[in-house]
Amino acid sequence: MSVKTNGNEQEFPEGYKDIRCIVCPTGCLVHVENLNGELIIEGHSCKRGEEYAKEEFIAPKRILTTTIRIENGFLPLIPVRSDKPIPKDKLEETLKEIAHKQIEAPIKMGDILIENVLGLDINIIASRDLIEKQ
Amino acid sequence: MIYDVIIIGGGVTGCCIARTLSKYDLKICLLEKEAEIASGTTKANSGVIHAGYASPREYVKRHLCIKGNKLYTQAAEELNFPFERIGSFVVALEDNQIKQLEDDRKKGIEDGIPGLEVILDKNQIKQMEPNLTDEVVGVLHAPSAGLASPYELTFALAENAVMNGVKFFRNHEVVKIKHQDYTFTVRTYQGEFQGRNLINAAGLYAARISNMLGLDYFSIMPRKGEYILFDRNAIQLNKILFPIPTKVSKGILVCPTLHGNTFIGPNAQNITDREDISTTTAGLKEILEGGMKLVPNIPARSSIRNFAGLRAVPDTYDFIIDNTDVYGFINVAGILSPGLTATFAIAEKVIEFLELLGLELKVKEDYNPVRPKPERFKDFTKEELDKKIQEDPAWARIICRCETIPEKEIINAIHASVGANTIDGIKFRCRPGMGRCQGGFCRPRVIEILSRELNKPYEEITKRGEDTNVLVVKTKDLILKDVLRGASE
Amino acid sequence: MKKYEVDVAVIGGGSAGLAAAIIVKKAELNVLIIERDKELGGITLQCIHNGFGLHEFKEELTGPEYVQRFINQAKELNIPYKLDTMVFEFTPEKKIYAVNKKEGLIEIKAKAIILAMGCREKTRGAINIPGFRPAGIYTAGQAQRFVNIEGYLPGRTYVILGSGDIGMIMARRLTWEGCQVKAVVEIQPYVSGLLRNEVQCLEDYGIPLITSYTVTKIHGKDRVKGVTISKVDRNFDRVIGSDKFIECDTLLLSVGLIPENELTREAGAEISQMGGPVIDNNLETTIEGVFACGNVLQVHDLVDLVTAEAKRAGLNAIEYLKERYNQKIERKEQIKCIAGENVNYVKPDIINKSDLSKDLIFTFRVKRPDRRILIQFKDDKNRIVFKRKRRYVIPSEMIELKLNSSEQQIDPECKSLEVEVVPRPEVLIEED
Repeated sequence: MSVKTNGNEQEFPEGYKDIRCIVCPTGCLVHVENLNGELIIEGHSCKRGEEYAKEEFIAPKRILTTTIRIENGFLPLIPVRSDKPIPKDKLEETLKEIAHKQIEAPIKMGDILIENVLGLDINIIASRDLIEKQ
Repeated sequence: MIYDVIIIGGGVTGCCIARTLSKYDLKICLLEKEAEIASGTTKANSGVIHAGYASPREYVKRHLCIKGNKLYTQAAEELNFPFERIGSFVVALEDNQIKQLEDDRKKGIEDGIPGLEVILDKNQIKQMEPNLTDEVVGVLHAPSAGLASPYELTFALAENAVMNGVKFFRNHEVVKIKHQDYTFTVRTYQGEFQGRNLINAAGLYAARISNMLGLDYFSIMPRKGEYILFDRNAIQLNKILFPIPTKVSKGILVCPTLHGNTFIGPNAQNITDREDISTTTAGLKEILEGGMKLVPNIPARSSIRNFAGLRAVPDTYDFIIDNTDVYGFINVAGILSPGLTATFAIAEKVIEFLELLGLELKVKEDYNPVRPKPERFKDFTKEELDKKIQEDPAWARIICRCETIPEKEIINAIHASVGANTIDGIKFRCRPGMGRCQGGFCRPRVIEILSRELNKPYEEITKRGEDTNVLVVKTKDLILKDVLRGASE
Repeated sequence: MKKYEVDVAVIGGGSAGLAAAIIVKKAELNVLIIERDKELGGITLQCIHNGFGLHEFKEELTGPEYVQRFINQAKELNIPYKLDTMVFEFTPEKKIYAVNKKEGLIEIKAKAIILAMGCREKTRGAINIPGFRPAGIYTAGQAQRFVNIEGYLPGRTYVILGSGDIGMIMARRLTWEGCQVKAVVEIQPYVSGLLRNEVQCLEDYGIPLITSYTVTKIHGKDRVKGVTISKVDRNFDRVIGSDKFIECDTLLLSVGLIPENELTREAGAEISQMGGPVIDNNLETTIEGVFACGNVLQVHDLVDLVTAEAKRAGLNAIEYLKERYNQKIERKEQIKCIAGENVNYVKPDIINKSDLSKDLIFTFRVKRPDRRILIQFKDDKNRIVFKRKRRYVIPSEMIELKLNSSEQQIDPECKSLEVEVVPRPEVLIEED
């Protein structure tokens, strides 16, 4: 399949990218290129693949899953995640921000442990309950 | 403080000498370079207690082996280490090999080896060992051959020696020896020791120690042997199985262990590096093929571990047990196979030498030859176990699920005399990490217990001593360090 | 010795055990979970990445979030459980012996047992890598536990052997913790985990994936100093002259999992080739009233499928208690299930002929990846009794197939059933 998208409403990044689609195990290699403000997407075989490749080209994002240090907890760390996908280029900075944190037990799954991390409008939330040290 | 006897080397030979000497009213110490005893050639020994027919008559090792074999019965009763006389077969696969079996039998009987018999009846052979190849034409059966756990024996010897007053110093590598005025001054990185008599049981490093006193009349070459260990339940052998020996070695044997596993090996490779206990693809293939000649249905898929051990091979191919020209210095070197079998006989020989040197050997009134059997979860009946747990709940926290080892056994291993202070030390004393998961489940828990009992942080817990740390830093510390570095740039 | 009597004892309080116990409890039977760790949740707790729950909850969760939902449910239902409690024996009469620090030795007499002990990782010995035995060699799951639960990093620079999902996920996890992952090495010519993980865990961070290579030597006497990797040919023999040295202080092994069945074996249940117990279509082992589910039965790639299987085990245990318990019903004639062309194993191992009117669920894995294939079931007279198309199959994915009682035509007279994965005959003319 091959599609063109007019870039009237938004600005696309320059250049091109060959993206391996992960929507299904077929793993199409999708070519995405900004041709004079027009986005060319080629090589995918479904609509979901097209959307995935487009997002990967324009603004790739990932859910971040890591841990935060806990004071006085049943365990020394609590697993956490971002409640929304984080722009890929902000992952490293977010991890550094998280590494500095230390939080006190008890904690409930879903508790917001870091609010609006790096001003991204994304929260870091607890992945489980954690009681205090016994 | 001047010791009567200083022993260099905490392998089975050194520990056996220490324990045998501890009967007498003497000041004795033992120096070991590693963090744990039984760390060198002792550790990867196959554990076979040989009947003694294999070496030629002109070798001292033949006679010490035959004598040593007999001494095991009493020693096992006193020291409570795992030992069982299950008997061995030398397996002839061709008719022309029978003559050698007959020859070995005849000479063996003459030299006092009990019960040796050549069996040619295939049905009888297969009945005794059903897993043996159909190609067998005859076997030399040695009922006095058996199995011992070489490291458990060494730990037992050390514990009993300490009970009777011997001092052990681990992490004490000998770097220099001075001999003056009938006194040896032995220098280690951790300090000096003085003694009237010095026994060199340094295994692979025996020639180096001997050289420190200017004696260079022998050399020790390391010879590597590789082994493959199989899971319990994979196959169950009744007998220790040897092929017809070659000039360099007794060949690849197929052997049960006292813990219900089976191993094959060792091969024989002469090497130069005394620390090279690496295994090789070619070597592992060689022993697997060798083993399959005797037991064709070896369960190759059930292998749980491969490892290599080194034998200290002297240029004379015989034990070097000498009262040397340096007065008071005794070499006990080149103790290759059947050194484990001979160990109690070797210790007796060393004592004869010390007597010749004029050392007064007076038996201590309070000498206690018995080292109590370590308490094991697996040995308890359900009623006993219940009682034990009431006494100490650490019996009820199972750390190793493959071998069913509770926390209490690990704590006991750490606090035993010459107790464990590393992960491997615990593994060899009470088996967590020896099983099919090879430490996958228990290692974090063993680290936790070592850290608590030795009062050391996790980062300082090692696999087997210096530079073998298992965990490097706390999670997040690498990122934080990076952030700090970034800020200072 | 403390003694308990329960209807159903569940050994293992991870994802499988929790789901099974919840189902049993909802049927108002008396159930008990026995867990050897200090909290419920099992291995899923250390899998802190996301990708769980798409089948079960129709949303994407992390491992801890997934299993926390079951823990919460078990607690709401007041399901009794024992922590730090290790079962060391169970008997065919369904007496369980366990120990813990609080109660000492415990005997639990159950009417039915559900086995949910999970699996363990294959180690270096199982794959026979030559070289020294220095510190710094871990299985991927062990490293995962250290990093995510215990709070320690086992090293700074890594090589990971095996491109299974755990290996690739650990590559990203360690990178995120400031470690350097030099390479992921895979002996097969293809990546063995999911494509998504290959892209998001390796490609995103420029971690090389080296296929058709394996670790042939470990360097370093005290601590790992590096590994030699070598190319392998089709028979996995090393290609001479292809050796490469990679410096690292840690080697992680992600070389496969094996069901954990020592207790099962010692109790006398028959164990199949792949390490799980032999089971019939009710997930019942060869010991009557003892059921198995989750990774103790077969290694799953998705925890959602563990949950589904555990629920079935729970339902079957309930049915057993209601209809067969203490009735001394002889097991009727059975059909044996065989793994055929490109099938590594198949569960169940046996089908009771008396159950042929029920829906049957089969699970299996293929040996090699393939596309546009046909899964077919063939009886001992070579008659095809069921077939289904599939676009692709890969060894890392466990395939679950439900044969509705209406769509299969298994002859009650047949003795065996062979499952095979074969190319579709029309593949040359029809693209899909």
